[in-house]
Amino acid sequence: MPLDVLIVDDSAAIRKILQRVLRQAEMSIGEVFEAGDGVEALASLKEHKVGLVLSDINMPNMDGLQLLSQIRGSADWKNLPVLMITTEGSQNKVLEAVNLGASGYVRKPFTADQIKEKLVGLV
Amino acid sequence: MEEKIDRDHLVAIARHATTDVFSTMLGMEIEPLEAYAETEPPVAAAGILSLIGFAGTWVGNGSFFCTAPMACSIADALLMAEHHTVDEEVLDAMAEMTNMILGNVKTELEAVLGPMLLSIPTVLYGRNFVKRSLGKREWIVIPFNCKEERFEIQICMAPNPNPEGLRSCFRPYGVHA
Repeated sequence: MPLDVLIVDDSAAIRKILQRVLRQAEMSIGEVFEAGDGVEALASLKEHKVGLVLSDINMPNMDGLQLLSQIRGSADWKNLPVLMITTEGSQNKVLEAVNLGASGYVRKPFTADQIKEKLVGLV
Repeated sequence: MEEKIDRDHLVAIARHATTDVFSTMLGMEIEPLEAYAETEPPVAAAGILSLIGFAGTWVGNGSFFCTAPMACSIADALLMAEHHTVDEEVLDAMAEMTNMILGNVKTELEAVLGPMLLSIPTVLYGRNFVKRSLGKREWIVIPFNCKEERFEIQICMAPNPNPEGLRSCFRPYGVHA
C-alpha cells in the first residue's frame, strides 16, 4: 500500500526538494502533503492519515519540536514516524528532538541518498 | 565567562559551511577569495541580500549577497528548474541557502559562544540599496567566485549587553523551572 507523507518546512524550496527525493526513492509513495509550519501540519494530520512526517525544526508559529511534542502526545499519532530534517545542529536541540521521540535526524545540507537511507530504516 | 570570536576562525567556518552547502545541495564548486573587514560605509548595491539574525552571548547578523543572475543559477541548481528572472522561487531558494550556510556557522560558533538562536531569513531584492548596522559595526566580508560570478557571505557580530535575557529561550522542552 502506498505511503502518504507530510512534509513540514517553511521553505517552499526544501518542500520541493524533498518531494523530488521521495518520488525518486525506491518506495511506494502515495500522496505527499505539505505544511509551512507546525500549526498547518497539525491541521493536515487531522485531515489526512499519513504514514510518515518529514519536519524542519526552525519554523514560525509552531516549530518542529513543538509539533513533535504534540504528535507524541496524541493517541492517534504517537507511533507515527517523524524524521527531523534541519539546519539546527546544536547538541541541545538534537537531544531535545531525541527526548521528544524523533524517529531520526538529518542535518541540512543533505544528499538525496542520506534521506533515502533514513527512510528505508523508518518505514 | 568571557567568550571571544577569532576573526580567522569565523572566516574559516563560514568558508567551510558555504563550500559544503554549495557542493552538497547544488553540486557547484566555489572558489574562496580573500576575506576583509568592511569598515567604510558600503557603496550602494544592486542584487539580492538575504539576512539572518543570531542571538546568544553574542548577537548580530549574517547575510548572503549576490547578483540576480547568480541567484537564478543557485535556484536552478537547487530546484532543478530554470529561472530567468527573480521570482518567488528564487527568493525562497536564497532564503534557504542563507538558512543552511549561516545555520551551520551558528552551530560551529556555539562550540565557542554557547547556545545561540537563529532568526528566520529575510530577503531583499532591488537596486541602489545600502545596508547598515546600528552603531557602525564592522562587517566581515567573505567573498567567493562561482561560475565567473562573485557572491559574498557577510557577518557582523558584537557581544550581547544582556545575555541573561535569553536564558529562558534555551530551556529544554518539558523541563519546567
